[in-house]
Amino acid sequence: MRKLIVSPAPHVHGDESTRKIMKDVLIALAPSMLVAVYFYGLSAIKLLLVGVIACMGVEFLIQKYLMRTKVTVTDLSAAVTGVLLALNLPPTAPWWVIVIGAVVAIGVAKMTFGGLGHNIFNPALVGRVFLLISFPVIMTDWTVPASWFRPGVDAVTGATPLALVKEGLAQGMTVDQIISANPDLTYGQMLFARAGGSAGEASALAIILGFIYLLVRRVIRPHIPVTIILTVAVMTGIFWLIDPSQYTDPLFNILTGGVLLGSVFMATDYVTSPMAVKGMVIYGIGIGVLTVLIRYFGSYPEGVSFAILIMNSIVPLLNKYIKPARFGKEVSHA
Amino acid sequence: MRRTFSMGGVHPHDCKISADSAIETFPLPQRMYISMSQHLGAPAKPLVQKGDKVRTGQLIGASAGFISANIHSSVSGTVAAVEPYADLAGNPVMHVIIDVEGDEWDESIDRTPDIVRDITLSPTEIIKRIADCGVVGLGGASFPTHVKLSPPPGKKAEFLIINGAECEPYLTSDYRLMIEHAEEVLLGARIMMKALGVVEGYIGIEDNKPEAIKKMRELTASSYPEIKVVSLRKKYPQGGEKQLIDAVTGRRVPSMGLPIDAGVVVQNVGTSFAVYEAVQKNKPLFEGVMTVTGECLDSQHNFLLRVGTPFEKILEAVGGVPQKTAKIISGGPMMGKAVANLSAASVKSTSSLLLLTEKQTKRMEESECIRCGKCVQACPMGLEPYLLNKLARAGRMEDLEHNKVYDCIECGCCMFTCPAYIPLLDYIRTAKADVMRIMRSRPKK
Ligand code: SF4
Ligand code: SF4
Repeated sequence: MRKLIVSPAPHVHGDESTRKIMKDVLIALAPSMLVAVYFYGLSAIKLLLVGVIACMGVEFLIQKYLMRTKVTVTDLSAAVTGVLLALNLPPTAPWWVIVIGAVVAIGVAKMTFGGLGHNIFNPALVGRVFLLISFPVIMTDWTVPASWFRPGVDAVTGATPLALVKEGLAQGMTVDQIISANPDLTYGQMLFARAGGSAGEASALAIILGFIYLLVRRVIRPHIPVTIILTVAVMTGIFWLIDPSQYTDPLFNILTGGVLLGSVFMATDYVTSPMAVKGMVIYGIGIGVLTVLIRYFGSYPEGVSFAILIMNSIVPLLNKYIKPARFGKEVSHA
Repeated sequence: MRRTFSMGGVHPHDCKISADSAIETFPLPQRMYISMSQHLGAPAKPLVQKGDKVRTGQLIGASAGFISANIHSSVSGTVAAVEPYADLAGNPVMHVIIDVEGDEWDESIDRTPDIVRDITLSPTEIIKRIADCGVVGLGGASFPTHVKLSPPPGKKAEFLIINGAECEPYLTSDYRLMIEHAEEVLLGARIMMKALGVVEGYIGIEDNKPEAIKKMRELTASSYPEIKVVSLRKKYPQGGEKQLIDAVTGRRVPSMGLPIDAGVVVQNVGTSFAVYEAVQKNKPLFEGVMTVTGECLDSQHNFLLRVGTPFEKILEAVGGVPQKTAKIISGGPMMGKAVANLSAASVKSTSSLLLLTEKQTKRMEESECIRCGKCVQACPMGLEPYLLNKLARAGRMEDLEHNKVYDCIECGCCMFTCPAYIPLLDYIRTAKADVMRIMRSRPKK
């Protein structure tokens, strides 16, 4: 008689796979990558290529020769880390800095914990923060390199909006004065495209496009990005209402300093974010509050990266104690 | 907003490729294998011996206990043996094996095609008749219907819901009944409402069956005003009792509770039809509609099939098992059972034989959990399948109980959706059984 497969239900699968999800994340990152290439030309291409190759390479080497387990680079999770790391670096970052970032991101933050699914901290962010602390000068060199797409624009400095504001305030200027002194700090430019800052944050619109794609494809749920953004808006709004000469308005804060990139692509990382909706909301609020506190009272002008990493650390706790809403009331077992 | 259940659920492809195949009467095979264990609870006690002559509809297995059910012969002929015979999983189960001779029905059965609309029996007589005729739930668990219609003291039913969701992909037997025997189904519901003493009835139908909804709406509007047709937004597992009650009434059955704790009794379309036949036609449950389907088959069928027909015979009749077939399922692709033994025979609740190819059903290699939370999102009971899976593999019974593994309805949504192809339900199902055993063995306070 023929051999039939006999295994328990369910007998069909919904067709989703880790690889497909990672591919979708890469597609969602494509607009931001394209904008980076447009603004920074060859530098951005180098950044992305080195990031992806280094991350996938480090994972491959560790799995094959150190852990001697199944090599799973084809699931593309390392490629996603590579792109995210690259997009979080200044466009001028030298190749070896990216490689160090990749080794820390994949080697330390991901594989040491047991690989995909076991890490506590977002690998790309660990890589970035490590570089920020180890190479502060390189990591805050916001020179805008030449691009074929923008001939005639030579290397210029493109300090981040938040750094400009922080600097200006330190010199005793008011927010209004700073903004009028810097003609490229308009909402229009920040929304559509403005050279400066890390490679991935030139265009808020590109990130929003990616966000919509992720939602449509049901890769992520809106809860985390939305709560982060709302929290940042409310917090900065309060400061702004108290003293608009010293504090920028909520929209400015949302469009700058990687809030969008961080909340859409980093804070939603499956492995390091909560499972239940209630947990997601707490996590999002936490990131928003910490971001603003670090911005206003810390020594770094932005703060999203640190805020996400800090909240990453309490995710296991959130998952343990914050349970999804169960179906049906508990009955007494009497 | 069209109604559906409030949490979780998935959207498998519909695949109702047999929906337009009208019900055909399946020819009688030469030999019938009638299981004595076709229901939840104690197996029936065989009442016949080798050599006995039996008639179609004659009682051959007696209900053995409060939760048990009568079994009737589905054919006329001579008893060839009363002995263990392998069921679909290959386990020996007591069967009455009958050599078919002609088709001589018990005279007490009304075989006319007329629809009998007057319900003359009293509630107690109805319940007794349903028990006598061996009617069981045909939606899945085969729970004896008369037991469900007799709520325990202190509990009162307020509504009856007829489950016409048929949310499993491929299955179309309930659909065909709703199209071809709509009035009998509604009469069955009316009979059960009388037995329960309730005045409000519902029939919940998923909106991928607009014709059935239309047909039922017309009939209820003209002649069955006490039964409301509820169109449900397609989502699996809409036909799960707790999900259906939530979708139709907005009530939630408590954790570990039964539908009656929410004041509801749920019966499926096939059962309602069987109740009609039992009460109005005095016809025991010995045949039912079964879908035979699969993309690899040349033709799709809905058969009116006698209980005890060997699967081999059914498959022969549709042209044999195609070479590409990798798995044959009794029931739907989400909750059905894989058939290991093709000589096993159909039982009362066999709703379909589904043939899947390797491509459709192959399990992919499991990879690491990426903690995407898709299983949590898909679970209609609000559980955390990724966690239950982990705890189950570690054998942590107390934590499993604490995380309510006992509430799992084994719908398979978690495993269906998991992008890492983790066989979540394999582990959760076993863990649930273990935890429930531990809970039951505890002295009651
Ligand atoms: S769906 Fe699978 S991969 Fe995702 S959290 Fe659940 S078990 Fe893990
Ligand atoms: S099988 Fe159980 S754990 Fe999985 S989704 Fe269904 S109810 Fe939830």
